[in-house]
Formats: sequence, structure tokens, C-alpha cells
Amino acid sequence: MSDHVQHHIAVYKKVAASLAVLTVLTVAVSYLDVSVPLAVTIALIIAATKGSLVLSFFMHLLEEKKPVPLSRGGIGLIIGSLLVTALFFLVIIFIPLMGHSDKIGTYFSLPNANAPTVETPAAH
Amino acid sequence: MDIPYIVDERPDTGLTNVKLGIWLFLASEVMLFGALFSSYVLLRLMAPDWPVGAEVLNVPMGTFNTAVLIGSSVTMVFAYASLQMDNLAGFKKFMGATIGLSLLFMVVKGFEYNHEFEIGNFPWTSTYLAIYFTMTGLHALHIIGGVIVNAYFLGPGSKMWETNKTQFTNRIEAAGLYWHFVDLVWIFLFPVLYLL
Repeated sequence: MSDHVQHHIAVYKKVAASLAVLTVLTVAVSYLDVSVPLAVTIALIIAATKGSLVLSFFMHLLEEKKPVPLSRGGIGLIIGSLLVTALFFLVIIFIPLMGHSDKIGTYFSLPNANAPTVETPAAH
Repeated sequence: MDIPYIVDERPDTGLTNVKLGIWLFLASEVMLFGALFSSYVLLRLMAPDWPVGAEVLNVPMGTFNTAVLIGSSVTMVFAYASLQMDNLAGFKKFMGATIGLSLLFMVVKGFEYNHEFEIGNFPWTSTYLAIYFTMTGLHALHIIGGVIVNAYFLGPGSKMWETNKTQFTNRIEAAGLYWHFVDLVWIFLFPVLYLL
């Protein structure tokens, strides 16, 4: 039990160091002069990497017991619940966008006297 | 009648009640913050213009806070590991460090908010500030909640160590899972608000 934990502690230290490096990378990459979609993609990839490290090693997600082994299709209750959550998370991110996809790049304003009524491309 | 599977794992799922419970709670929190992230995406895509985060907010302070919060996650996991190694003193040291770093995060956040208010940037000033204050505000409330729970476990709650070590260790594991989630949210919030 103690060796098991000692091994864990070594892993925690490595993960902590990786997180520190990735944080520096996050900020450094923000100074690159790239288009917004590319910047968003890079930022999300780095954030997802940091997040996976926290999930896998600090939250021990990789070690969650699977009563049925993975080779026989067992993913466990926790990982299964998280996959369902991930699906709904994607829904909540993309459904509102799909509802407005015809307006991306145009002004989105409430009806008021000062708002532009002509659809013109917006720069962001 | 005793509630089963508080300390023993259920044979079919391999889980204790607390482990399943906390993960399901975290799943609900994913949807809560997910809704706000979704709002951010929609508001930003539809806005005629959007400020550069680095020009409104203080990136060095944000980076420092990111390091502080990640650090508190590290000390939290070491607190849990200490309990697994039957080391209560180590647990208290690392839990104290976790709480200390969390409070430091809040102090820095306080300075950031205060600076914004001083220059007239309120949540109602612009859409960007509205989403910034809402998301970081909700995140800060989660930190406060976590600090209260962690302080309880450091203080009066630690008495359970004398009567039921396994159950107390499981409680700290649950508190740790919550805390790592709070850190995870910030890991996404920081680049989105400060850097993009």
C-alpha cells in the first residue's frame, strides 16, 4: 500500500511540473500572431491537455475500477456517466450556435432605434 | 440500520457511495459551467466587436492565480496521499497549504475586481465584462464553498480519523475531487477570458 502511494507521489510531482510548463506555454502561445479560430483551437488543445492530466492523475480517473474489463467492453459507471455528460456538454455548446448559424458574422442586436438594421459583416 | 457501501465498495460497480455521488455532482457542475461557456461563445460570435482580453485584464495576475490554484490542487492531492500513508500530520500540513493557496487566489481576485471597479468597469459596463464577472464570480463562489469544506475537514472534521480512518480518507478523496474540478474550470476559464 505504501509503495503504491509512493509511486503515486512520484507521478504527482511529474504532473505538477507538466502543469507548470503547460501554463507557461498557454501564456507564451497567446503572443503568437494568428487568426482567432486558430488561437482558440491552440488554447483549447493546451487547456484540454492540462485538464486531462488533472482528470487522469489527480482525480484518478484512469484507475477507476471496471468490474468488466475494458477488453470486454466495460467502461465503469463513472467513466460512463462522464461520457454521457460530455455528450450533453457538446450539445449545450453547439445547439445555441446551430440556431444562429445564419447570423454568425453579422450584428446581433435587440430591436432599438440605434441598432443597425442592415446585416453587415462584423470584424472580431 | 446501517447504510451500506460507505466504506466498502459495492461489488458490481466497484464504487463507494461517496465516490459515485461526488462524480455525479461534478457532472452536474460541468453542465452549469458549460452553460456559461456556451453563453460566452454565443455572445462573442454575435457581438459587433470584442475587446482583447489582455488589454482589459491583467495577464500576469491571472497567470499567477493559475499557478496558485494548480498549486493548491497539488497540495490537495498530497494531503490525500498523506492520509493513505497514515500520516495525519502530513495531511494537516498539506490541507492547510491548500486552504492558504485558495485564500491567496481570492485575495488576488479581490485586487483584480477592485481595480476594475476603480476604473469604472462594472458587470453592466459591457457584454465582455458581464460574462467575465459572471463566470469568475461563480467560480469564486465555488472556491469559497471548497474552502469552507476543506477548513471543516482540517478542523473539527478531522476527529473522524480517530474512529473511522477509511471513511475519513474517502471524504478527503471526495473533497479533493471537487477541488480538482474547481481547478479544471479555471484552467479553461483563464485562457478563454484573459488570453483569447
